[in-house]
Amino acid sequence: MDNQYDMLSPEALGKIDREVAKYPADQKQSAVMAALVIAQDEKGWLPQETIAAVASYLGMAPIAAYEVASFYNMYDLQPVGKYKLTVCTNLPCALSGGVHAADYVKQKLGIDFNETTPDGKFTLKEGECMGACGDAPVMLVNNKRMCSFMLPEEIDKLLAECK
Amino acid sequence: MLEIEIDGKALQVADGSTIIEAAHQLGTYIPHFCYHKKLSIAANCRMCLVQVEKAPKPMPACATIVTNGMKVFTHSDLAVKAQKAVMEFLLINHPLDCPICDQGGECQLQDLAVGYGESASKYEEEKRVVPDKDLGPLVSTDMTRCINCTRCIRFTAEIAGFMELGQAFRGERAEVMPFIGKTVDTELSGNLIDLCPVGALTSKPFRFSARTWELSRRKSVSPHDGLGSNLILQTKHDKVLRVLPLENEDINECWLTDKERFSYQGLNSPERLTRPMVKQGGEWKEVDWSVALDYTAHALRDVAKTHGGAAIGGLLSPHATLEEMYLAQKLLRGLGSENIDFRLRQNDFSADGKRQGTPWLGMKIADISRLDRVLVVGSFLRKDHPLIAQRLRQSAKRGAQVSVLHSADDDLLITLAARAIAAPSQLPVMLAQIVKAVSQLKGVAADAALAGIAVSAEAQAIAQSLVSGSNAGILLGNFAQQHSQAATLHALGRQLAVVLGGGFGFLGEAANSVGGYVVKATPGATGLNAAAMLNEPRQAYVVLGAEPELDCADGAQALATLSKAAAVVVLSPFKSQAMLDYAAVLLPVSPFSETSGSFVNAEGRVQSFYAAAKPLGEARPAWKVLRVLGNLLEVAGFEHNSSEDVRAEALGGNPDFVAGLDNGIDGVSLNLAAGVSGLERVADVPIHFADALVRRAPALQQARDSAAPTARMNAATLAKLGIGAGERVRVGAGATVILAAELDAGLPDGTVRVAAAHADSVALGAMSSVLSVEKA
Amino acid sequence: MALIDTINPLLTTGWAKGDAGWSLKDYEARGGYAQLKRVLASKMTPDDVIGEVKKSVLRGRGGAGFPTGLKWSFMPKAAPEKYVVCNTDEGEPGTFKDRDLLRFDPHSVIEGMIIAGYAVGAKLGYNYIHGEIFEIYQRFEAALDEARAAGYLGEKILGSDFSFDLFAHHGWGAYICGEETGLLESIEGKKGQPRYKPPFPANFGLYGKPTTINNTETFAAIPFILGMGGETYLNLGKPNNGGTKLFSVSGHVNRPGNYEVPMGTPFAKLLELAGGMRGGRRLKAVIPGGSSAPVLPAEVIMDCTMDYDSIAKAGSMLGSGAVIVMDETVCMVKALERLSYFYYEESCGQCTPCREGSGWLYRVVHRIEHGQGRAEDLDLLNRVTDNMMGKTICALADAAALPVRSFTKHFKSEFEYHIEHKKCLVDPEVQRAGSGFFRASSVTGAA
Ligand SMILES: Cc1cc2nc3c(=O)[nH]c(=O)nc-3n(C[C@H](O)[C@H](O)[C@H](O)COP(=O)(O)O)c2cc1C
Ligand code: SF4
Ligand code: FES
Repeated sequence: MDNQYDMLSPEALGKIDREVAKYPADQKQSAVMAALVIAQDEKGWLPQETIAAVASYLGMAPIAAYEVASFYNMYDLQPVGKYKLTVCTNLPCALSGGVHAADYVKQKLGIDFNETTPDGKFTLKEGECMGACGDAPVMLVNNKRMCSFMLPEEIDKLLAECK
Repeated sequence: MLEIEIDGKALQVADGSTIIEAAHQLGTYIPHFCYHKKLSIAANCRMCLVQVEKAPKPMPACATIVTNGMKVFTHSDLAVKAQKAVMEFLLINHPLDCPICDQGGECQLQDLAVGYGESASKYEEEKRVVPDKDLGPLVSTDMTRCINCTRCIRFTAEIAGFMELGQAFRGERAEVMPFIGKTVDTELSGNLIDLCPVGALTSKPFRFSARTWELSRRKSVSPHDGLGSNLILQTKHDKVLRVLPLENEDINECWLTDKERFSYQGLNSPERLTRPMVKQGGEWKEVDWSVALDYTAHALRDVAKTHGGAAIGGLLSPHATLEEMYLAQKLLRGLGSENIDFRLRQNDFSADGKRQGTPWLGMKIADISRLDRVLVVGSFLRKDHPLIAQRLRQSAKRGAQVSVLHSADDDLLITLAARAIAAPSQLPVMLAQIVKAVSQLKGVAADAALAGIAVSAEAQAIAQSLVSGSNAGILLGNFAQQHSQAATLHALGRQLAVVLGGGFGFLGEAANSVGGYVVKATPGATGLNAAAMLNEPRQAYVVLGAEPELDCADGAQALATLSKAAAVVVLSPFKSQAMLDYAAVLLPVSPFSETSGSFVNAEGRVQSFYAAAKPLGEARPAWKVLRVLGNLLEVAGFEHNSSEDVRAEALGGNPDFVAGLDNGIDGVSLNLAAGVSGLERVADVPIHFADALVRRAPALQQARDSAAPTARMNAATLAKLGIGAGERVRVGAGATVILAAELDAGLPDGTVRVAAAHADSVALGAMSSVLSVEKA
Repeated sequence: MALIDTINPLLTTGWAKGDAGWSLKDYEARGGYAQLKRVLASKMTPDDVIGEVKKSVLRGRGGAGFPTGLKWSFMPKAAPEKYVVCNTDEGEPGTFKDRDLLRFDPHSVIEGMIIAGYAVGAKLGYNYIHGEIFEIYQRFEAALDEARAAGYLGEKILGSDFSFDLFAHHGWGAYICGEETGLLESIEGKKGQPRYKPPFPANFGLYGKPTTINNTETFAAIPFILGMGGETYLNLGKPNNGGTKLFSVSGHVNRPGNYEVPMGTPFAKLLELAGGMRGGRRLKAVIPGGSSAPVLPAEVIMDCTMDYDSIAKAGSMLGSGAVIVMDETVCMVKALERLSYFYYEESCGQCTPCREGSGWLYRVVHRIEHGQGRAEDLDLLNRVTDNMMGKTICALADAAALPVRSFTKHFKSEFEYHIEHKKCLVDPEVQRAGSGFFRASSVTGAA
């Protein structure tokens, strides 16, 4: 078998190795979630070759890695904009402006949920409960940065910050 | 043992049984989809919900372990209500396409829906549509019908050994699929069709060709490898349209290999020989049977008269039935020839005359699953014996240690305890090392011939594994049997088993690899073996069921020799261009599906079968053809009225197992010499090219396992030759062929692997040889 | 950060400095790791530790309220390889306490897990952290590094014979991984599809080995329980409902946030702590234990105290302690539609009743909300929920069914009005205004 995982950078592989080290030696597959996140961070999304590369690096069947990549919400199996904004609209947030915040972003960017702005900068997603309902409205930027109390001024600030 | 009650009936069940197993014991049916006795328990379909006394909720019978005193109700209101609820959920998104579904009439969902479904669903939303998947040439998909029971996924991961299918996405959008762009390539893929309880996975070759109730069914036996899988042939208008496994826990369990399941397509091949043909003045003519038989008898009698019986050679396919082989050898012997052999791919015949009996598996097939230490020597196990590989895979999961000694490190999808991969010429000495190491570990004096041998680390590791258990088995595969020092491997394997106090035997290459010995389809004391017959050309040959250019150890030589023979009589279900070139007469005989007969499998079990269909065209069962030839040639003892008569005569009765099985061997002088210069050929016989029938099965020929041969070498060998993977190379001994070079990290240094039994590599000649490889 | 207030600060003692107080030195200054040291130095036996936890009647804070000491005592003694797993996959709508626990006081959870490891004989632990709070995961990893450097984790901790290491594993967006066996599958690098139980994790857990799995808040309580003694802890609350509990209050209150109060505190008191009803509007309904718990109408919840037994008696569940407050501007059909969508979206898809039923429920509620309801729809919802409940591998199917059953039961007339008039009882403008952007009246801690 050829080294399919050549497509991941040495830095990414190094990060994956650190994740692998958390688990018992015969349980490399445990690192797949983290490895897919690392790969997604590097590629912007998860093309199928990348998923296959991660699978091969961890010695698991490619479909097993695909199961994981398609099961968890925040893996992107399609290209997304430079900034992926996810707004929680679940009930607790919705009671405190979650839907209003989503509507505000939609109107500002001129896109609906699951759409990307024509310049490829923003993708908007509807999120499920992020475990931060007390901070409603909450938004997630590129899966990792949580923004709380997203009133219109805050949203404006955030969008301006995204260059 | 636990005492429980199911629907008021008391019974005793073993500790650890599930409710569904207990119910099975009583013959009580509990509806289910995801449960399958050979797969892990998923408990996801929820169809098997039953009531258990004191449990507040209905319990899944497939996953609930019984406890002493448990009272189970499979038909109570609670149970039936739960089952009906699940059935309704299963049907809301299931298409109403039973009338056009291939599963119609044999669909578990359809059957159960009638029993447990309401007449009309309250679901009025739009039904889900799931895109179909391309799983390859054998399995067709209608994924909208899938009920997500995950049996297929568990099958690939657990039985076939590699997870080729998964359930992607989640919730209502969950979809069973292979990895994007991949097909399902396991050699066991057809079992998915049987496992799928609905019409989501169906047979691609069978698709839309008949409804189940239009088919006639007949039990039969696989005509391929030495396992002798039990089959059900399904026919319509005397055409085999489908092959299903007949469950036999002692042999194939409930599985079939794809080869066994789909080779039936070859039965309907356009290359079927349907009329007798004779060559007159270089022209082929279709003639009546009487003409062809007269012609044949004449030709053979002529040769026998002019040149003596020894001028005739008989090459019999090891896939021929016991009855056919028996009559063929009897006929040839009647003509005064002892040149008879069915061991067409064998190279080393030096064990002849030294064996104490008929070589066989050395144990029951089911016993393989009981071995706790196994050494497989010289075998492309996963492709040559997929269901034995499957058994060992399950054993390994239960803790058995499997080791391998071979010339290729193909992935068996079995976690191996140890392995030694060495060039073909090194296999005997490697095995000798293992014998020596085991002897040392056991404190037994080793054979004096092994005194000067140093034990390598690999051999030591294998030995250590072997001595650590209590029930070891040594199995010699096809490659070992075809090896040019096969007798040495035999003798060493046997020694090893004796030291270990374990089992020892041969994985049978063909359907009748044991039967051929039993009926003496082997040369007599003065006769020539298969190789010698081709080395020392005869005037005439009788070829039964074989295509010597593809089925012999040296196909090129076979072709050359036969082409020069004065008369080649071929009894075959098929014709080929090669045959038309070398034969003088072609007698169309029935393949296994159109004749009665018997195969003796590797464990010595005699398995007889009847014809499932009438012979195609003017083809006739070969035993009948041979019987008439016997009469025409006035050979005594050709009075049989049925194949049963022939079998009774051949076996001296009607035993379940043949007598005289014995792997003992005496007086072999171990040949451990290993001085080979040049690239050694490692030749496998690819799974879909091993016999005339499977070579003509179109769907199998499109499978991944049917790829054209390449010249495979490891990186060091490629580098030494200055060849890059993918480059065209000229490979040759005498004649040369052009192949693509391929990197195969699992090969030993100094070897090149080129598959045999394929038109593209016939010209290379002997399977075990030294080749040269250079850039083309 | 969210607003906080307490009646009896225990778990939240360390939160006072907000994001500035999470580090090891702060934790040690608050008396952190003293209990671990005491346990190891005093040679308290594992059984002593479990005994103390049993005395406290600490009930698991993840939702089911199972007694923690009892759960720990199920771990087989002899097994060579065992695990401790912390469940911070907080995804139950309305719950946001575990995030703040890890944010402001991660070492209390680490200390709790180490002590748990000692008690059950595990050498390795994992904390599974909800994917959406990646920054908290990073902070937890930083806290782990601190603890490792200080010798609280690793080989022969603090010179004792006890070795234990702990790692963080993050989720990536799947509510079902909060279910303990789904979570274990997820750590194993698979889809988070729950396992059929039995066998329970105590016998067959992570990698098939005995495993103790508890909620973050459960582990965080352990050092405090050992510090004050099980009995004192129990007495903070009420019988059978030991200690204090964090309640995540969200929705139509003036100060949404986490509140730590003793078990048995009246709901009215909690509502008051949370600043009372937003805009002085009338309370309509409360979901007292996360979105999976049955909704209770105002008059019922106002009579409850906040503990497992009282809420159960009222017909709901204390669950994870997520209190979702809804006022008169809420359309109950719309609220249910959103929750039903959530369960439909989050069903893992393995069990037939859940995979098929969760979508069916959502579609029926959706059509009622959108003016296409049919007269027979309420019966249909009842039947479908009935057919789902108690028939699946995990409790998500029940969690999807319970809101439907309770909303349609307590607010039946609103559903009937929708079906009959093809519109809302509550004016859409009023609804929208009632759930609009809002600025909390006062915010403590840093944002
Ligand atoms: C669908 C579902 C979601 C759950 N989500 C969580 C969760 O987010 N956090 C949690 O601690 N427990 C959750 N649980 C409960 C866990 O399965 C488990 O009972 C708990 O982690 C045990 O910890 P405890 O005994 O400390 O409460 C969930 C259960 C179900 C059925
Ligand atoms: S009840 Fe639903 S979420 Fe739980 S295991 Fe079954 S399908 Fe998955
Ligand atoms: S057969 Fe038991 S749940 Fe499927």
